[in-house]
Amino acid sequence: MTSAPAVEAVELRKSYGTAVVLDGLTLRVARGSVRALLGPNGAGKTTTVRILTTLTAPDGGAARIDGYDVVRERRQVRSRISLAGQYAAVDEEQTGVENLRMMGRLAGLGRADARRRAADLLDRFDLGAAGGRRVAGYSGGMRRRLDLAASLVGEPSVIFLDEPTTGLDPRSRQALWTVIADLARGGTTVLLTTQYLEEADQLADTVSVLDGGRLVAEGSPAELKERFGAQRLDLRLRDHASLVEARARLGTRVVHHDPGRLEVGVATDGSAPHIRDLLDEVDPARRTVVRFTVRGATLDDVFLALTGHPAAPAATRPEVTNV
Amino acid sequence: MSELVAKGPTAWSARNGGPTGPDGTARGVPSGPARGGSAAVRALVLVARCVRLSRRNADALLMSLLLPVMLMLIFVYLFGGAIDTGTRYVTYVAPGVLILCAGFGAAGTAVSVTTDLANGVIDRFRTLDVGPVAILGGHVVASIVRNSVSTVLVLAVAVGIGFRPAVEPLRWLAAAGLLLLFLLAISWLSATFGLLTRTPEAAGGFTFVVMFLPYPSSAFVPVETMPTWLHGFAEHQPVTPVIESLRALLLGTPPGSAPLQAVAWCLALLALAVTASAVLFPRRVR
Repeated sequence: MTSAPAVEAVELRKSYGTAVVLDGLTLRVARGSVRALLGPNGAGKTTTVRILTTLTAPDGGAARIDGYDVVRERRQVRSRISLAGQYAAVDEEQTGVENLRMMGRLAGLGRADARRRAADLLDRFDLGAAGGRRVAGYSGGMRRRLDLAASLVGEPSVIFLDEPTTGLDPRSRQALWTVIADLARGGTTVLLTTQYLEEADQLADTVSVLDGGRLVAEGSPAELKERFGAQRLDLRLRDHASLVEARARLGTRVVHHDPGRLEVGVATDGSAPHIRDLLDEVDPARRTVVRFTVRGATLDDVFLALTGHPAAPAATRPEVTNV
Repeated sequence: MSELVAKGPTAWSARNGGPTGPDGTARGVPSGPARGGSAAVRALVLVARCVRLSRRNADALLMSLLLPVMLMLIFVYLFGGAIDTGTRYVTYVAPGVLILCAGFGAAGTAVSVTTDLANGVIDRFRTLDVGPVAILGGHVVASIVRNSVSTVLVLAVAVGIGFRPAVEPLRWLAAAGLLLLFLLAISWLSATFGLLTRTPEAAGGFTFVVMFLPYPSSAFVPVETMPTWLHGFAEHQPVTPVIESLRALLLGTPPGSAPLQAVAWCLALLALAVTASAVLFPRRVR
């Protein structure tokens, strides 16, 4: 079994009615690594996780966890995985301890083992003091930590985290990142989905960028940034007319656009000749560009370069996606 | 793109100091006892969970206790004086209120099931390889426990305001058995309804269906006093034989064929509920 990757998905397909959610997705996640599935809402991230965690059957393709098929060997798969969902799936009217003990018993632990495990996990997730209180009184961050603890009760070898920090404030998010990073250091394979580029950047060894149910890029955060422009040249224009003109000149090379600040960004290798060329191209008469900044590319730029739309939450995403 | 695919475990271990767990044992390769206690243990754990949750859901609990008691008092003291059933009204109406109470409480199962589906709890149980029978059964058994308690309470109130059942232990046992069977059928039917609805609010609608059924039955007034066109429905709907049997068993009058009809109705509803839930569950959780 040691040779099998922790997660292996080949040509996964899934449609709901006429809506194609997964369109031939192939993934391989090495044992002990942290993989981020990055993509906007509707990219197929949650469906991928549901298939890999045996909750949904694929229409086509195959997936294996530790070498076990998620459809035919569901039981073996289920004994190796755990899932922490988009919402904390813990009971509000039970205490932290009760929730964890229950999960322990369901995972096949004896009464005493379940009790011990619950106490260990509460301590480890900094919930020791709150363990005896009902979850209804927990903060959002505490709930997510409890949810994560609950998913570890059965000592899974692969853990799936579906948007683990969505809706959390920055401090709780940071705290949860620490916990997830520790988990990975402990040897557990982690597959997480996220819309936050920073999250992928912080946690993942490898990022798989999904769009429209397909894999559009894969690599370490550094590799991806490197490949899709190591640097970004941001130009501040004199007025709106100049901004429109600059965008027209750069066309599809625009990777950043902020009309409020009269800014437009374009990928560059950061070398003086290239930057000089770009400046000359955008502003041949040397009148419209007032300032420029060269900065390291973010995964946001990568995402935009790959898919033609930013990886922001749906509310701020443009209606039409032109890839 | 293949050159960018995940770094191997070697690179990873070098960076992180090797894949060992917090206790120093090798991790990553699944080891230790296989997961999965017996199905019976899991089912019991889930029953305990649902009982605990319903005990702590103060609003719903109070409602399922207070409402039937209030109805009993309203019918006996407000309407009872105007209704002539040939006996003291409390004697006539108590069995009907018991059924109303049982049905009302059992219908709450739909809300619990939908809530569990909506917030991902059922998905999590499924990844722990807990089957649909244990998941739904937990809710159903908890409903039976909860409503048995509230039924006893309503019965105590009835006795307090003058309901005098005949003292015949065997008939009491039969009445209790029938009530349990009725609770089982309605609870499972309700759980099935919970698989159909998307929000807990919608699931709450099932309560109204179940609450309504005792009215066009012999629960509060004899069927003969209703308009003729309603007789057909009132006499042949499931609640009437259950109430008639309960009345006969508790008061010591001859029950006739009512118990047989009641048991047949309950078993039929139960079979319908179990079949429907077996069909619906896999579709709902897809």
